[in-house]
Amino acid sequence: MTSANPDGRIADNIVYFARALRKAGMRVGPASVKDAIEAVLVAGIGSRDDFYWVLHSVLVMRHEDHAVFDEAFRLFWKSRELVEKLIAMFSPVAPDKREKQKPRAAESRVSDAMFEGHKRNQPVNPEPDIEIDARFTVSGAEVLRAKDFAQMTAAEINQAKRAIAELKLPFDKTKTRRFKPDPHGSRIDPRAMMRAASRTGGELILPKFKSLREIHPPLVVLADISGSMSQYTRIFLHFLHALADKRRRVHTFVFGTRLTNLTRQMRHRDPDQAMADCSAAVQDWSGGTRIGDTLHEFNRLWSRRVLGQGAIVLLITDGLERDEIDGLSEEIERLHKSCRRLIWLNPLLRFDGFEPRARGVRTMLPHVDEFRAVHNLAALTDLVASLDKSTSRQADPRRWLELGKKRAA
Amino acid sequence: MTINKPRPAPNSIDETLAMLTGEDYVADRALATVLYLSLKMKRPLFLEGEAGVGKTEIAKVLASGLGRRLIRLQCYEGLDVSSAVYEWNYAAQMIEIRMEEAAGKVDRKDMEKNVFSEKYLIRRPVLEALTGKDGAAPVFLIDELDRTDEAFEAFLLEILSDYQVTVPELGTIKAEEPPIVIITTNRTREIHDALKRRCLYHWVDYPNAERELEIVNRKVPQANKRLSEEVVRFVQKLREIELFKVPGVAETIDWASALTELDKVALDPETVSDTIGVLLKYQDDIARIEQGEGRRILKEVKADLATAAE
Repeated sequence: MTSANPDGRIADNIVYFARALRKAGMRVGPASVKDAIEAVLVAGIGSRDDFYWVLHSVLVMRHEDHAVFDEAFRLFWKSRELVEKLIAMFSPVAPDKREKQKPRAAESRVSDAMFEGHKRNQPVNPEPDIEIDARFTVSGAEVLRAKDFAQMTAAEINQAKRAIAELKLPFDKTKTRRFKPDPHGSRIDPRAMMRAASRTGGELILPKFKSLREIHPPLVVLADISGSMSQYTRIFLHFLHALADKRRRVHTFVFGTRLTNLTRQMRHRDPDQAMADCSAAVQDWSGGTRIGDTLHEFNRLWSRRVLGQGAIVLLITDGLERDEIDGLSEEIERLHKSCRRLIWLNPLLRFDGFEPRARGVRTMLPHVDEFRAVHNLAALTDLVASLDKSTSRQADPRRWLELGKKRAA
Repeated sequence: MTINKPRPAPNSIDETLAMLTGEDYVADRALATVLYLSLKMKRPLFLEGEAGVGKTEIAKVLASGLGRRLIRLQCYEGLDVSSAVYEWNYAAQMIEIRMEEAAGKVDRKDMEKNVFSEKYLIRRPVLEALTGKDGAAPVFLIDELDRTDEAFEAFLLEILSDYQVTVPELGTIKAEEPPIVIITTNRTREIHDALKRRCLYHWVDYPNAERELEIVNRKVPQANKRLSEEVVRFVQKLREIELFKVPGVAETIDWASALTELDKVALDPETVSDTIGVLLKYQDDIARIEQGEGRRILKEVKADLATAAE
């Protein structure tokens, strides 16, 4: 460590603190560090609490980061245990002998960031790699597992881009309340008229027209990554990444036994990096399914944040729900009512003679707008093709419901 | 609203807190700190939080506390320059052109100057906010920014960095003193990081029981003391269970005044189920509370109050 200037120690410490926050995953740029120092100068250093909130107001930009900041502040800005901290940092093994409290939110991330160098010296326990193919089986049990995807080849990337470029979702345009100049428009555009008129000195005031601008509505994707769907996961993620690259407002969620928001991870331009980030963020690859619970979580925590402005929801799941389906009906109904259009993509539909017998499928079917098959999920083009613009009778969920009834009777 | 004499910004966190309290806004120290910093550093304040926690109120209180004008820009989808910044009075402009023609004037430059003069400029909130005089900059409230689209956000970015607007026909209008900008959002959409970076961020949370009781006492002074205590405890317990939409402070105040209007001095199960519509706005939530959970919470509240009284 460099020796600090006796007058400017607090500024140095803020810089170190910001660096720790950055390592813990918060977005703290150099500008925020400058702002933080400025803010401390303006407010002065009063109580510990004031200092906390002064730094908080400048360095925390998202509500989710509050926990990280809180934990980092607690660890960083305390002088009493500084010696212990330093010992922990420099000794190879420093077992924590204090009574272990319940882990706070973000604790592990923050301490990872602070004791980064220390951890590197410790031997890593090699964990055996277990891959279980669990297609066609359903379980409600939560299995936490990491997943490694093969890298995407250049050919695949190109293919994906081409496929996405051709993708035309049904009902994929929504009117905004903004206008664009349009000679065949139905509304008068006075601003353009006056501008044109002033060019001729007011001798000619010709009418100009405008019409409503149309945009792609936000797309929210909820993809099932449980064991029964595991063989399709890679294709989904590539599809979603290519989609997020092409369109601006795509929110990506994956669920098995828990719901994970992958929107930020997907924004990474490099698909391999994005896949790596995703696989690090998700903890329940190829585990069980709890559709009802995860939909409940989505409805409660996310629906109001991502389903605005006429969003279309793409639900990718086989609908095989192991748990009791009590809550499922209400949750899928709420989801249906809070979005503009709910499209269900079911890979099981490709099998001949598919009947919606599974209770989960029967519960969810009445509440979706479209029920679509994915014929061969080995290639991304097929996924895109199954999302074509036509809303044929094929996609009508009622058809499948009737089919199930007839056979059952 | 009568406009008081503009007062300078407070000089410490304590003064800020005192000013808020003086205006009947019960704030915690965290909010006072961030407000003080935003006034001192002249940075916009970005307030995020659930509906009904008093985000908009902060701007109103700030305006009356500092004796400044409050300019409010309510955001909505499709908000554009002509309704946010400025618009020309086209009808009047056309008459002006006709008049000049009739008078036989032909000088183009002259006509352009007359037609596009301040006389025909309709000022919208953004332009209005940039007209603050030294020491009397208005409070500019950009309400529910998440309702508008990204295009407007990008435009706002430009204004918030330079505090100036360019009207092509008139030139650049720059604020003598930058307005005190308060931005609120309900998180129905993520706001871009670039905009957040220019602001000081604060998450407005639900108040704790003590603070909420003080808020109710200040806002509904005619409410019975026992009633307001029960109301606050009931709402606090409601926030702990998993509801689709938990009630905000605004709902607490509404409920307290509704019960006062009904001449209630304490909560009972019938009253709760009759008036629960003031607190909860989703049928699932209401059904859940009416199916016994409401009674359980009420029983707990009464027991808590009894032990507290001992």
